[in-house]
Amino acid sequence: MSEQDKDIIVCRCEDLTLADVKKLISKGYRTLDELRRIARLGMGPCQGKTCRSLVQRELQAAGTPLKHQLPGTYRPPTRPITLGSIAAGSSEEAKKDAQ
Amino acid sequence: MHSSAEVVVIGGGVNGVAIAYELAKRGCTDVVVLERDYLASGATGRCGAGVRQQWGTEMNLRMSIASVKRFETMNEDLDYDGDIEFKQGGYLLLAYTPAGWEQFQKNVNLQRSFGLGVKLCTPAEAREIVPHLNTEGLLGATFNQTDGHCNPFHVTDAYAQAARRLGVKIYTNTEVLGMRRGGAGEGSIVGVETTGGYISTPVVVNAAGGWSKDIAAMAGVDIPTYSERHQILVTEPVAPMQGPMVMSFHHHIYCQQTPHGSFIMGLGDAAEKPGYSSRSTWQFAEEMAQKITWLLPPLKGIRVVRQWAGLYNMTPDRTPILGAVPEVPGFFLAVGFSGHGFMLAPMTGVLLAESVLGLPASLPIDKMGLGRFARGELFYEPSVV
Repeated sequence: MSEQDKDIIVCRCEDLTLADVKKLISKGYRTLDELRRIARLGMGPCQGKTCRSLVQRELQAAGTPLKHQLPGTYRPPTRPITLGSIAAGSSEEAKKDAQ
Repeated sequence: MHSSAEVVVIGGGVNGVAIAYELAKRGCTDVVVLERDYLASGATGRCGAGVRQQWGTEMNLRMSIASVKRFETMNEDLDYDGDIEFKQGGYLLLAYTPAGWEQFQKNVNLQRSFGLGVKLCTPAEAREIVPHLNTEGLLGATFNQTDGHCNPFHVTDAYAQAARRLGVKIYTNTEVLGMRRGGAGEGSIVGVETTGGYISTPVVVNAAGGWSKDIAAMAGVDIPTYSERHQILVTEPVAPMQGPMVMSFHHHIYCQQTPHGSFIMGLGDAAEKPGYSSRSTWQFAEEMAQKITWLLPPLKGIRVVRQWAGLYNMTPDRTPILGAVPEVPGFFLAVGFSGHGFMLAPMTGVLLAESVLGLPASLPIDKMGLGRFARGELFYEPSVV
């Protein structure tokens, strides 16, 4: 780990640096899913679109080849959307159910 | 992999690792935890992260009150290098029908008899606690300040690290395939078959959450649990604006702002059939958005970043099944938490460790045993979403 790693942001949503990620990997969190859960990495508004491949590269460097890495689960929505928009655009049936 | 252990715990959720830690702390360090995926990959890591003491039955109350005491000092007690993010912003429970309000008043009398400082609130008082609450149709509310939120991943991590330091071995990506019974003619537990090999052990603790019934069947025991999908979503983080969890049994919803700033909210769907699906649906997102923007209007402008689902492991009386199975010596249950396994985990760990080691019980765990169903001594918990 170099000094420079502390200035490199890997996860923009949660302000996690390369140094943070390397430290977690060295502590034994060796899959994307485990890293997500311990550090919220990839769980912000970008849903991991920025950090995922960067972290996979670090996991590979730490000894888990890409071909053995599970991609983690992609969950909806694809892009952040306001609760107001979902409510306004929902079906009449859902509106009735909500009463 | 270990070929033998004093105790094997099946399930690497918060209850499994808490039980392992409490065993080790009491000197029983030859403990193996088996987890099919990774720690907190099941219900623990999918839950609403709420910590509530406002229950309607004695045992849930006593277990949750004792668990909150442990959450309060957990970072220090487990010597955790992270933070379990315990926030005691309270729970505000809303009543919309005379029957609901009557039940709340009964609950509050019981809660106060166990020393909980719960307040009965008028709609106006509820609004003082949550200023953006829509009080249309609200009859009353109850509020308990020491309820709140805690980070399930970090609690699991804290227990797992502390357990490992005491010698507990945790095997992830290791699935249980079967159990062997035999022993001294009583059909007691003698070992567990796993994808990593055979482990001989006289004691197995079933803490398998959504899969508790399948694990029990491997030991030849039929337990009355079943699993049910519950859905949930989380928003982007915003500035702090809501202290307590807001919960309405009438609307089957709950919603809380975490210390991180995001809102977590979920709803119970009465039409959900028992099963193992944990896929999320757009119907849930629509119904959740409809209900929550009516109840807490300023949330309209906050963005949803993710939705998911997990399994409640239900019992007929919506109360967990804890302790030994008398018919199968060496087989113990910590199952059927019915949607509140995370918040009860600290005491579940203590009670199961005491039960396994034959120590005096901190709480009357016998009442929560499997035998209550045959005896017909159920406690029906009225307060579940």
